[in-house]
Amino acid sequence: MKEMMTILLSAILVDNFVFSKFMGICPFLGVSKKLDSAVGMSVAVTFVMVMATAVTYPIYTYLLVPFNLEYLKIVIFILVIALFVQFVEILLRRFLPSLYHSLGIYLPLITTNCAVLGVTMLNVDNGYTFLPSLVNALGAGLGFMLALVLFSGIRQKMESCDVPAFFQGMPITLMAAAIVSVAFAGFSGVVEGIFQ
Amino acid sequence: MKPSGNLRTLTDGIIRENPVLVTLLGTCPTLAVTLSAVNGIGMGLATTFVLICSNVVISLLKRFIPSSVRLPSFIIIIAGFVTVVGFLMEGYAPALYDSLGVFLSLITVNCIILGRAEAFASKNKVLPSLLDGLGRGIGFTLALLVMGGIRELLGAGTLFGIPVTKDFIEPMRIFISPPGGFFVFAILIACVNYLIRRMGKRKPLEEMGCSGCPASGACHAACDKKSTDEEENMQ
Repeated sequence: MKEMMTILLSAILVDNFVFSKFMGICPFLGVSKKLDSAVGMSVAVTFVMVMATAVTYPIYTYLLVPFNLEYLKIVIFILVIALFVQFVEILLRRFLPSLYHSLGIYLPLITTNCAVLGVTMLNVDNGYTFLPSLVNALGAGLGFMLALVLFSGIRQKMESCDVPAFFQGMPITLMAAAIVSVAFAGFSGVVEGIFQ
Repeated sequence: MKPSGNLRTLTDGIIRENPVLVTLLGTCPTLAVTLSAVNGIGMGLATTFVLICSNVVISLLKRFIPSSVRLPSFIIIIAGFVTVVGFLMEGYAPALYDSLGVFLSLITVNCIILGRAEAFASKNKVLPSLLDGLGRGIGFTLALLVMGGIRELLGAGTLFGIPVTKDFIEPMRIFISPPGGFFVFAILIACVNYLIRRMGKRKPLEEMGCSGCPASGACHAACDKKSTDEEENMQ
């Protein structure tokens, strides 16, 4: 239990996917303008991360490793993620149209989101077993959500700021991300300390 | 296409439409691996290789790929070349392979590559596609080299591993930590915006996200546009 909590909190705070691992920067910058789209995107990402891990881990462990096909993992993982996302989209559209309207529009973007492929690869590279992999994926998703929600608030404040002409738009957003990233850097070492 | 057109295809990707600094694509590797100039070049060259090969192959296969499954097909082709580049780098440059880590695999989902496959290679002949890939690749590599060079110089006081300011200026380690990545990238884009404005050619790209992502035409979900294309998708 303690180990799971450590993995979860590390993935959310210390190894935050956006601010310390630099994965999923495109959706982070693209979708963090409004709070509701930030929440929608990150819920969809969290769901796909956990499910993709649940699907890719058995494939890797029971199919690729026994046949020494580990080198195919990039091809297999991205194929599985693409198929899975497509499948979820079809299911949602067919059976839960209201949920599809709020979350479904983000799903196709997720296939090419490097955070999803990244978390499945990192789980395998770190040698996590099944349960820690799921917890790590959940933590990564929640960390992504935390980053998007925090940043959407900051961006709404920034709308009314007077910014030098050539800093308008992207540069000032990245500058703000740098400052938030400093705050996240402060978490390093905290999680290990809590559980000692 | 006339030769001058081919030359234009090549140079567009390097300067006018530099994938990182002007169209703001591929931000994840740009921020993550540019801890040193060597890393920047390594990542840039690996991406260039994948970009050229996937552009050529997709351009050759464009008639055989049904348009409804084109994105998954493109991704699989790209993933294949990423695996190849991973093997090559592991064999010939193991140190670089270790320092790029998972980001080498993540070239697969680099939106520059998928974007060029969708916007250019699937519509053009082989030679222009090859030149397009080469141009964008060089543009990407140069941008990463600049990022990596600045971060290495300020953060470690070296350049390509050779000590420059290390002995008389205390290196500012924050530049080789994540916040420094965002900071240097922000300043670089601000400089590019300043130059674009001064030359008065056109407005710099202020928004980013799906509108800026060339794959957005293919993936029907533009971020903040709430399911207006619903009817279109049902068909």
